[in-house]
Parts: sequence; C-alpha cells; structure tokens
Amino acid sequence: MGAGWLAAPMERHGRAAATAASSAREPVPGGPDGRRREPLRRRANSASAPAVGASASASPSAEGVRRDRPGSYSGATSASRQRVESLRKKRPLFPWFGLDIGGTLVKLVYFEPKDITAEEEEEEVESLKSIRKYLTSNVAYGSTGIRDVHLELKDLTLCGRKGNLHFIRFPTHDMPAFIQMGRDKNFSSLHTVFCATGGGAYKFEQDFLTIGDLQLCKLDELDCLIKGILYIDSVGFNGRSQCYYFENPADSEKCQKLPFDLKNPYPLLLVNIGSGVSILAVYSKDNYKRVTGTSLGGGTFFGLCCLLTGCTTFEEALEMASRGDSTKVDKLVRDIYGGDYERFGLPGWAVASSFGNMMSKEKREAVSKEDLARATLITITNNIGSIARMCALNENINQVVFVGNFLRINTIAMRLLAYALDYWSKGQLKALFSEHEGYFGAVGALLELLKIP
Amino acid sequence: MAECGASGSGSSGDSLDKSITLPPDEIFRNLENAKRFAIDIGGSLTKLAYYSTVQHKVAKVRSFDYSGKDTEQDHEPPYEISVQEEVTARLHFVKFENTYIEACLDFIKDHLVNTETKVIQATGGGAYKFKDLIEEKLQLKVDKEDVMTCLIKGCNFVLKNIPHEAFVYQKDSDPEFRFQTNHPNIFPYLLVNIGSGVSIVKVETEDRFEWIGGSSIGGGTFWGLGALLTKTKKFDELLQLASRGQHTNVDMLVQDIYGGSHETLGLSGNLIASSFGKSATADQEFSKEDMAKSLLHMISNDIGQLACLYARLHCLDRVYFGGFFIRGHPVTMRTITYSINFFSKGEVQALFLRHEGYLGAIGAFLKGAEQDNPNQYSWGENYAGSSGLMSSSPELCPTQRARSGTFDLLEMDRLERPLVNLPLLLDPSSYVPDTVDLTDDALARKYWLTCFEEALDGVVKRAVASQPGSVDAAERAEKFRQKYWNKLQTLRHQPFAYGTLTVRSLLDTREHCLNEFNFPDPYSKVKQKDNGVALKCFQRVVSALDALDWEERQLALVKGLLAGNVFDWGAKAVSDVLESDPQFGFEEAKKKLQERPWLVDSYGKWLQRLKGPPHKCALIFADNSGVDVILGVFPFVRELLSRGTEVILACNSGPALNDVTYSESLIVAERIAAMDPVIHSALREERLLLVQTGSSSPCLDLSRLDKGLAVLVRERGADLVVIEGMGRAVHTNYHAALCCESLKLAVIKNSWLAERLGGQLFSVIFKYEVPAE
Repeated sequence: MGAGWLAAPMERHGRAAATAASSAREPVPGGPDGRRREPLRRRANSASAPAVGASASASPSAEGVRRDRPGSYSGATSASRQRVESLRKKRPLFPWFGLDIGGTLVKLVYFEPKDITAEEEEEEVESLKSIRKYLTSNVAYGSTGIRDVHLELKDLTLCGRKGNLHFIRFPTHDMPAFIQMGRDKNFSSLHTVFCATGGGAYKFEQDFLTIGDLQLCKLDELDCLIKGILYIDSVGFNGRSQCYYFENPADSEKCQKLPFDLKNPYPLLLVNIGSGVSILAVYSKDNYKRVTGTSLGGGTFFGLCCLLTGCTTFEEALEMASRGDSTKVDKLVRDIYGGDYERFGLPGWAVASSFGNMMSKEKREAVSKEDLARATLITITNNIGSIARMCALNENINQVVFVGNFLRINTIAMRLLAYALDYWSKGQLKALFSEHEGYFGAVGALLELLKIP
Repeated sequence: MAECGASGSGSSGDSLDKSITLPPDEIFRNLENAKRFAIDIGGSLTKLAYYSTVQHKVAKVRSFDYSGKDTEQDHEPPYEISVQEEVTARLHFVKFENTYIEACLDFIKDHLVNTETKVIQATGGGAYKFKDLIEEKLQLKVDKEDVMTCLIKGCNFVLKNIPHEAFVYQKDSDPEFRFQTNHPNIFPYLLVNIGSGVSIVKVETEDRFEWIGGSSIGGGTFWGLGALLTKTKKFDELLQLASRGQHTNVDMLVQDIYGGSHETLGLSGNLIASSFGKSATADQEFSKEDMAKSLLHMISNDIGQLACLYARLHCLDRVYFGGFFIRGHPVTMRTITYSINFFSKGEVQALFLRHEGYLGAIGAFLKGAEQDNPNQYSWGENYAGSSGLMSSSPELCPTQRARSGTFDLLEMDRLERPLVNLPLLLDPSSYVPDTVDLTDDALARKYWLTCFEEALDGVVKRAVASQPGSVDAAERAEKFRQKYWNKLQTLRHQPFAYGTLTVRSLLDTREHCLNEFNFPDPYSKVKQKDNGVALKCFQRVVSALDALDWEERQLALVKGLLAGNVFDWGAKAVSDVLESDPQFGFEEAKKKLQERPWLVDSYGKWLQRLKGPPHKCALIFADNSGVDVILGVFPFVRELLSRGTEVILACNSGPALNDVTYSESLIVAERIAAMDPVIHSALREERLLLVQTGSSSPCLDLSRLDKGLAVLVRERGADLVVIEGMGRAVHTNYHAALCCESLKLAVIKNSWLAERLGGQLFSVIFKYEVPAE
C-alpha cells in the first residue's frame, strides 16, 4: 500500500472532536468491570513454544482499559435514553479502527457510521470525512491493500451507532508506508486512539509515536482474538451463520459447506493459523489458556512454496496447489506396504513420509511445481490437524474452530482439516470454520477501543 | 499422518561395491558355527545378525580323590586344575553400508559351514529390494518380518540386557552422553521411531504394544525437502549443511514480529514463530546451510512436540527415540532433546539408545529364534568384540571419518544363568553400582586409564606364565595386549563408548579381552598355590581366635577380614609386593593395616550390634582366593554360624583376577569342613550355603546377580549383607543403599584413591550401615 492511499487533505479538527477528546480523558470508572482479570489467563503462560504464533504471553500495556463484555456493544438500541447518553459520553471519537499487525499481514477493521446526522456531518473534520469516503468507496488501496468486500457486516450497532464494518488487509512489510502516511496526513490531529494488537503493535509502537506522533494502545493478541470471535459469532454474517463445517469433506461431489450454530461454544479449541499457529482452549468468555503452538503455519506453507516454486503470492501458491498432485511427492503407506499397513491399522492412502519420494533423484526430476505446492499445503495442513487433534484429546474438548488467514480462499486445507479430524478421531471431533477467518484479532482491538470512555 | 518403516529405501547405496576385502578375523567372526541369521536392510545401512557358538578354554578345578582317607595332606596343591574347552553362545551383529552387501553375502556364503540353516529373517525397508540377491547368494529363504515388531523386540532386548543402554544427550557438555541406569521394570515406554516418517508406539509388555500415532514429517521430509531446497543429495551431507547454518535467516522469530519488546513481555525472542516465515516475506536468496538448519529445526521441533503430546495423553515419561534420523547424529539428538525439554517443560526426557541401529536386526533375529527362547536367558555385551558408541561430531572424534564405510560390531554373550536384582536393594530403580563415573570425572579417568596401561605389561606376563605348556601363549598374549591397549586408547577419546566408563568397566573389558585370546584364568595357578598355603594355616588361625575373649575376638576377626583383603593381585601396590616377596604373610599384612580409628570407622556400632540378638542370615560376597577367603572370611563365617546366623557365601561364577570362584570355594569349603566341625555341620545342615554370583567381574553389580542367589536370599530372609574388597565395596557399592544391615569392608591399596578419600595407602574402610527405620 503505497503512501498516500488515504489521499485526504488534513485540516484543523472541529469543535466536536475537541470536546469528545477531552471526555475521552475522563478517569476510568472503578468497580468490578474495571478490574483486570489476570489470574485465569495467566495459565496461558504454558504458552510460549519455540514456535509461538507470535502471541503475547505477557500482558500488554492497556492498563486501566475497561474490560466490558464484547456482547454488550450491540445491545445499545434497546438501552434507555440515559444509557445512550452515557455511551455517547464514553464513546471514542471517530474514526473507529481496530488493527492487528501480524507477522505477515496487517488486518484493519473500520467502522463506517451510517447514522451521521446533518449536524454531525457539518462538524465532521475534513480529514475524517475523506478517510471515510476513501475507505468505503475503494476496494483496493495502493498496490497491496485490499478490502474484503464480501465480508462487510452491514447495519451493525456499535456503542449506540449504526453502521457498516469493513475488513481490510495489507502486508506487514508495508507498515512503514502506512505510518508515514499517517504522519503526512497529520493523523494525530484527530486525537483518536489506535487500538492495535498482534506482535507488530509492539514492533511498530515506537515508529507510530516518533514518525506518526500516534500513541498506540497495545492489546493482548489472544484476548482480542477471543473477544472478536465471540462478538462476530454473536452478530452473525448479515443474517447468515458465521460458523460452518463441511459434510463429506473428502468427496468432491458430495462435499457441502453447512452452517453451524455455535450455541454451546464451550469448551472450544481455537486454532489460529497465521504465519505460525496458536492453539487455545476456551472454557468461557474470560477463561482460556494457550495450550501450545507450532511454527509450521501459513508462513511455512507460503515460504516453502516461494522457495520450491518461485511463486510470489499466497493466491498463486494456492492456485498452483489446486492443480498439483501431492502423491507424486509424498510417500504413502501403500508405497511402502503395497496397501494398508494392517498391523497398525493404517490405510494405504495415508501419507507415510511427507516429501518422502523426494529422496529419490528420479522422482525429484519427475515432479511439477504444482505437485510441490500441493504437497507443501497437505504437509502443513495435516500437521496442524494432527497437533490440534492431540490437543483436543489432551484437553478433552471435541469442537475445534480453525481460524486465521491461512484458511482464506483455502478450501483444500479446510476440507483436509475437516476430514483428518473426523477420520483420525473416528468421528469424535468436529472441525469448524468461521467466515471472517483472519479478522478476529482486529475486531477484538476495535471492541477494546469502544470501551474507552 | 502415518509412518513407515525403520528407514526408507533412499537413493544412496544403489551401486554395489564388490571390490572390498573383508578381514575375516575381525568382521564376520565365528561364521563357521553360525546357525541362524537375520538381516535388517535400511536405506543406507545393512545390519546382519547371527547366532554362533564360541569355543574357548576354561580352567576347571577338581578336588583330588580323598577316598583313601589319606588325612595327611601329601599333595602340595589343594586341588587340580585342568584346562577344558567350553562352548558358549554368542550373538554377532555387524553393521555395514548397503554398498558392501553383495561382497558380504559372498563372504558369508564362502565361510558358512553349517548347512542346517534354511531361512533368514529379514526386516527393514530394503529387505524387499535385496530379497532375490539374498536368496540367490545364500540359498536361504527370506522370511520377511514386520519392521515395528522387530524394532520393539530389539528395544526390549537391549533395555533388559545391556546396562547403560539408554542415554540422554547434553549439548556442550563433555561428554555429550549421560547414561541411564536400567530401570528394573522397563515397561511401559514410548518408542518414537523416526524413519522416513515417524511412528509412535506405546510398549506395555514384552508382547503388547500399540501404534498410538505418528507423523508424516520425519527423516524422509528432511531428506526429500532438503534435497529439493539445497540440491544436496545425501542425508549426511544435509546434516552437515544444517550444522553450519543459521536458521534465523530463514525463520520468522518472535523478535521479528514483536521487535525488541519481546523482552519486556517475557517472551524469548529467539523462539520460532513461523518456520520458513522469512522466505515468504523477503525477496532474497537463502543459503543452503541456513535452509537446511531451518528445516532441521522445523522437523525436530514438530516431532518433539507430537511426542510430548502423545506422552502426556498416555501418561508416559520414558520416551526412546530411534530411526535413521537420530542414528548417532549429534545434530538431531540435540534438536530433538531441545524440543522435548521445551514442550514438556522437563517432564519428559528424550532418551537415546547406544545400539539403536541394531534394534531391527536384533528383533528379527529374536523372531526367528523364538523356539530357543532367547528371552529366558540373560545376555551381556562383550566389550572385546563390540565397537562401542562413536561420537559422530568430527571435533570429538577425529577417527570417525575414517570409520564411515567400514564395519561396526556388537557381540552379546549368552550368560549361563539369568540375572536379576538383589532383592535387598532399597530402591532398585535408583541403584548405581559404580562409585565414580569416569566419564564425568576427567581427572579420575586420566589416572585410571594410565593405571591400567601401566599394569598391562604385568597382566601380559602373568597370562603367558599361566599357560607354560602352550606354544602360542606369547603370541596370543601379545594380541591381547594390542586389543586391550586399543580399547584403552578408544576410551581416552570416547569415554562413553561402552556406556558410563568406570573402574568396573575397565576391569571387565580386560577380562573380556583376556578371554578373547584364550586366557580364561591367568591366576588359576597362583590361586591354587595361595589356597594351599592358606589352608595349612587355617587351624592355627582359628585356635588363636578361639583363645581370645569375645570382644578381642570380634576385633581380630574384622582385622582378619581386612588383612586378608591386602592379598590382592588386582591392586598395583600389592601385586608389586607379592611379586617380589611371595612369603608376605598374614601377620605382616595385619601390621600394614592402618591403626584405629580407621578412615571410615563404624566398628563401635558394629560391636554394639553384635552384643544384640544374632542376625537371621548373612549374605557374604567373597573377594580374593587364599588368605582372604580362607583365613579372613571363613573364620568370620564360623563366628556368625556359632552365633546362630545362617550364612550364604557368594563367589564369582567365572574367574576374574585372583578372586575366588564358586567352584574353588566349594573345594575350599570341603577342605575346611574336613578340619573344622563348625563348618562341617553347617554345610551338612545347610546353615552355610555356597552360591555363585552369576558374575565374572572383580566388581559387583547388585542389579545383575544370579537368580538362584536372589531366590535363596529371599527364602532365608537375609538381614545382613557383607561386601568386602576394593572392587566390590569401594569401586562399586560404596554408596549402595540396602534395606537391611550392611557391612562394607576394604583396604585401600591404591595410593591415588586413598588420597582422594582423604587417607593413605592401606587405609581401612569399615562401613557398617543400618537402614533408617
């Protein structure tokens, strides 16, 4: 995303903004809601792995941030006049962003208010207006920023405001340009708070401050992830179900994507596949722990594909994989035993050794790039499925939700996860997926922002 | 998500090298008598197993015929010694590169005399590939055995029969290997076999095991993916690349995502967030080394993580790793160990096996030998015939390069009798026989290795002298010298070669080497003479003791035990004196002893105890022949018997130095019984029982004792254990905790050791211990 993708002239900010800004600095209310709920979460210290999916095992610096429940944000329509008023006071200034800066991708959610009154419109500073117009009228920003239009959530009520939620992503390596743009456009004059999660919230904090004069509110990655998922699941997907599963995942003809009602979400094993993988066991909305993680994630798939096939984008890697045949690359059980390995009850089609055929020179010469991409995808996916299954068994949890951007446009992986989980658990485990797969952290960050009085 | 066999049939080793010339004395030994074969053909290495018999000389003692009632002892020697041929069973294992397979099969065909063998058990990924070749060359029918079944059978076998089989790998420590004492119950355990894929098997009993999981990301992934990424074809070369690489150039680390703030968050920035994550985000070239290293980390971490998850699910803490990915490669042992420690937070230990490469061959052999019940026997590693563990890190083992491409050997002797734990050990699982670990203690190692080197001349001389009638004794003795010298040199560089290096293992290795060259008992004549001299003094010594009052007698008996202990050819300081002054007498020995208080002196406590009720039954481990057993031990035994205590006298099954053997002890007891009514009636009434230890070592491993001894100890309710001599009570068992009273007695006949213990030459150890209530 080249600098200047938010090509909006920055001018003085209006009176309303200044007023709201001062109210934003009101002291944090006391009481139980304001208390940090440290102890339960600290179990998550079992967390760090040589391969953490960049998840914080320590608490981020959002001291004093009110920890309301995510669900409460959408309930403002039924609230009393007084409630609305108090919300209005505590409500942060527009623009409302939630930012999740991962190892590979930056996920940005933007709330576009649709209930702007004429008075408001008038008071709205120019820069704010242009941000709104620019973001909502484009689907691509610069060369790498993309708005996932199909994910847009319409007519959402947040903090008493009605509007649409937009989902935007761009590569993390464009982060410096993003910050530079914020500086160029004097973003700091909006007196807004940037709530950000993901490792990049830490990595780029200083740059935001020194280059963009912007104070980041850094938020715990896993807290945001869980808040985001629970919230998004509760609001649905424009009338449709957010959560889904696959029936007959192994059968291309009969395979069906079906909605799943996550009415009993707990306990839940949450597998977040970004560059790396984090696996969380969630027992209630504020009781969860990080079970483990693996470094073999989306970054590994894409990284290895780049090295093996010379591809340059995730989409390209997946496209190649869709045309390849992994059985030319992998050594299957039947390649070794001629069929099933009955002694251990292993089916002949199971992979015995990923890339095992590549030990032989002749076979190395006989495979295509597509085959290699496919094998890489199968290897990484099977491994994640295998670790997730073991965690589910150890934690005694039978529903497993897979999220994260590795699954974006990646039906092969989803179906394989669905099949592998079902097969190896003899039907005991169910693999679930969610439409907004990679955006939950950013949504969680936005929700945190809205709790700032 | 599955697994394949021990090793995949890789690309290397396809071309057969027929030109190799095999040194038959060293490689396929005892092939003439081989009667059962098994073969395990992996991706690059072939392991051949065969059962054979070894004929060697043993010294037998036999009582003279006293039927003539010739009470006057006309004969100078107390008994006859005759050298006889004895046949013992031995398992041979040979490991060589697949390139030599044809040459080896030809060699076997040419040297195989026994024609009864019709079948060869085969296992491993390559068994199929070479089936026709084997059938054609050897005229044997190939019987394919299941890979995992063989591995597990082999694993059970080595865990049961080879002390210090398992070790943990410690990076950056010297040595890298830390050996584990064998747990008396080896089950249950987890075997993680990393071949081309990974198999995780839970082993519950000898015959019950279950495949509980696996992973397709294994050695084949490292090799296959590594070959694609680096264009390096060989597995070993890939590992070498990896050991030079920097994975941080390829992997996305936590610090790459978090920047510098991972520290304030308490995160280790070096943790890998995404393997190969940087190769996706940067538009750059990566070095082969870095990619290989990243791949190695990725695979090792993944396997370690899965192994921990499975171990946790099945509540197992012993996890053994094997397969070609591990096989002796320090790089993979290091990364797997790291991963296991990380993911289990130290709750699970990654264990490796010294003979991991042989498991399949051992198992296949055992499968084929089921009718012979090989599992009912105990087996022992023959140090003389086995190559031992090599460090494959070049800096630690400069000779390693030269060795690859040659042969590795393992020989196991079938022991006459099954060996078990002494039932009186307080905690068999934590019992460590040896007092000093020479692998750890570099100073002590240096001293003892030099000590054994310096003593070698004397041993060679004595070996030759023991066989005056033999024409080739000098030649064999010279071969013995070479062999043992070489072993000592190996141990200087690789002290971990045969498990934990100890004074015991050095002594045992010497005995094995002597046996190898048909010097079964170099001290037989010396012992015969010493016994004869001592027997003559017995009555005089006993009457002198009987003349003392009770309290004086108790001290005199203990001093007698200690003085007898000075007569020891094994200790250099003493053998010098003995060699130059054969008349060195019992009384003179007593004078040599340190005055009380001794270096370790709980005699007062012992005397108090003797004033109390008698022990029910005492188990005594005897040490030297001659004065020691006859004038030291027997009077002590006699006193115990008189107190109403039963006595089990345990002597070595086979010869070691001048230690009294079981068969010698029988004759000695018989001769004493003829002189002494107390001993006579005790033997007749079975209040004095002579048993064998099952060992042929000058030291004592209480976890490997003759089963008959253990049964007797239990039956008689032994409540006192007496261990005498430096080898049994100082080099070993000094710290052994028993669940009954024990007496450990020794005279320190080595000035270096004496100094180490804070005393002087001929310092006395008198350690009387009563277990805590």
